[in-house]
Amino acid sequence: MDEFLQKMTERDYKEGFVTEVEQEYVPKGLDENIIRTISAIKGEPGWLLDFRLDAFRKWLTMKEPHWGHLNLPPIDYQDIIYYAAPRKDSDRPKEIDPALMETFDKLGIPLNEREMLAGVAVDAVFDSVSVTTTFRKTLAEKGIIFCSFSEAVREHPDLVRRYLASVVPVGDNFFAALNSAVFSDGSFCYIPKGVKCPMELSSYFRINAAGTGQFERTLIIADEGSQLSYMEGCTAPMRDENQLHAAVVEIIVEKDADVRYSTVQNWYPGDAQGRGGILNLVTKRGICRGEGAHLSWTQVETGSAITWKYPSTILKGDNSSSEFYSVALTNNRQMADTGTKMIHIGRNTRSRIVSKGISAGHSENSYRGLVMVNPGAVGARNRSQCDSLLIGSDCGAHTFPVIRNSCPSSTVEHEATTSKISEDQLFYCRQRGISEEDAVALIVGGYAREVLSRLPMEFAVEARKLLSVSLEGAVG
Amino acid sequence: MDLMGDHKLDNNYLLEINSLHAGIEGKEILKGVDLRIGKGEVHAVMGPNGAGKSTLGAVITGRRDYGVTGGELRFCGKNLLAMAPEERSWAGIFLSFQYPIEIPGVSITNFMKAAVNAKRKAAGLPDLKPGEFLKLLKEKMALVGMDSAFAKREVNVGFSGGEKKRNEIFQMAMLEPVLGILDETDSGLDVDALKTVADGVNALRSPERSFIIITHYQKLLEYIRPDFVHVLKEGRIVRNGGPELAEAIWQDGFEGIN
Repeated sequence: MDEFLQKMTERDYKEGFVTEVEQEYVPKGLDENIIRTISAIKGEPGWLLDFRLDAFRKWLTMKEPHWGHLNLPPIDYQDIIYYAAPRKDSDRPKEIDPALMETFDKLGIPLNEREMLAGVAVDAVFDSVSVTTTFRKTLAEKGIIFCSFSEAVREHPDLVRRYLASVVPVGDNFFAALNSAVFSDGSFCYIPKGVKCPMELSSYFRINAAGTGQFERTLIIADEGSQLSYMEGCTAPMRDENQLHAAVVEIIVEKDADVRYSTVQNWYPGDAQGRGGILNLVTKRGICRGEGAHLSWTQVETGSAITWKYPSTILKGDNSSSEFYSVALTNNRQMADTGTKMIHIGRNTRSRIVSKGISAGHSENSYRGLVMVNPGAVGARNRSQCDSLLIGSDCGAHTFPVIRNSCPSSTVEHEATTSKISEDQLFYCRQRGISEEDAVALIVGGYAREVLSRLPMEFAVEARKLLSVSLEGAVG
Repeated sequence: MDLMGDHKLDNNYLLEINSLHAGIEGKEILKGVDLRIGKGEVHAVMGPNGAGKSTLGAVITGRRDYGVTGGELRFCGKNLLAMAPEERSWAGIFLSFQYPIEIPGVSITNFMKAAVNAKRKAAGLPDLKPGEFLKLLKEKMALVGMDSAFAKREVNVGFSGGEKKRNEIFQMAMLEPVLGILDETDSGLDVDALKTVADGVNALRSPERSFIIITHYQKLLEYIRPDFVHVLKEGRIVRNGGPELAEAIWQDGFEGIN
């Protein structure tokens, strides 16, 4: 089986192309002037510049975290371009550059009116700016605000100001502080009271320019009794050097509101030798503020050289609930340290964690989780299940679950398994005529089914394909 | 040594095994096996535990942890030893496993869809349309008396012994092999389950389809009458005969056969 595994180790990353487009940049490096420049380019109000500068000063006092089970390569923060945007045609500032249209077409995210994905509104972010947001009018009729973060700052400053950094404080962690200082664009979404969002909302993040990092900011607010399904995707060109992606996502879920947040992460993972790839260092957190609020995280992580990411929920409202469903696949030299935090504060709060790690090649895959139950979280319940699947014998799977329970009336359960794709399973499939490669994809798909089935239908199909593509070259 | 093949004078065997030597982890288990299977014939291979019966099935289907150290294996005139397990499957060889394998999270429907379409692809045919596939699935499930709810279950996960074996026969019906090898399909089955499985196999018998029934006991052979019976002992076929040989073994055991 190992021979076969080795033979299969070259992955075809079809999103690895570069778009030739004239870009404008701020100079390389990071200091207060760069931050002022970014803020000025975006025409931001003074409070937001102050917010950035405050974050930057905090960041200067912080240390890059190295507690993850990762070999984070040295990052020279002065060697990164913090803002890159396609230059607008000054005669036609409202039009989207055809090269960008073509790029998103190629990525399967058509932006023109005729071909837009039915039932999915997209905010397309290219390097540091949002290119366009589709279906805005349709959504506006229901009072839903879905736009780029920059537009939200201009058009809905009160909402942004009220909620920005309310879930992830500026000094939360090193990368969140960095993001707060330099974030360029991202998506903003507000669902008013009692409104059920009539379509999927999604953000698609594309890194294109070399030598840059992407620092997007997403802010989602689901007001009382509203419902939203949100989906995020991302890709980048193939390059020999690492590129930094440090995003912050904040989600506010009010009383009886229901938010489903799904991610299919397919950043460039680097080559088989571990050269290049995105460093994906992301802070995602939601708060179930009101009674009966519900937040569900689903993530399929197949890309990035390094993934450091823990979508978490603060269960503040009584009877609020949250789930974290994750498939993280690492191959070749990829390293992932991912998991979740469930913080139970309200009474009768419930959380469920289902984590499925898949390691292949020479990769390292870790689950890290915290379940915390405060003394007041009477009757809280958590159930965690962490499974690891190993493919081949040169990879690693690790789990670091932490449980802090200060409430005697709560129930916390944790279950973990580790398994390998067995020679028996492969032979069984092959005897039925299913080739070895297809057999591995089938077995992995089955293993991940519980998580994949949580994704909206059209993305589940994509995610399944992505899992098998990501295993190309590693599999047996 | 003409006992094994005197039923056919021409050389058009479906499967020809000549002086096959094979083993696992350096230990020789098959020590020169000769066997010829003609079209439409049912052969029983009997023998005590450890005789090499299951090894024979594994080697014919190409399990890679079994090494072939000598001899010849030909299927429809082609050298089987040069073919991957899936190629042997596409050529029409099916093995009903003694211990069917669990594939968690994969439904029988999806498993069979992958198998059927892989075979079609190998033959240069397009995938079956979903409607056609479901029709085929229902038809074959009915053939082996399986409830249609079965199609949604995960392959072999939580199946009883009888369900597992019935699932094997169902898969055989789906893939319509030219040669079906039943490895100890009767082990662990009660009489009712045995009969259901045998009915399924009998329904699949045809002049175009041959079977090798590997079994320890004679019981299954009461339901599926073989044309030929071979006794495998210590890695060699030591006796060839007709159905009466199975009855003799039932009376006297394998002890006296050498």
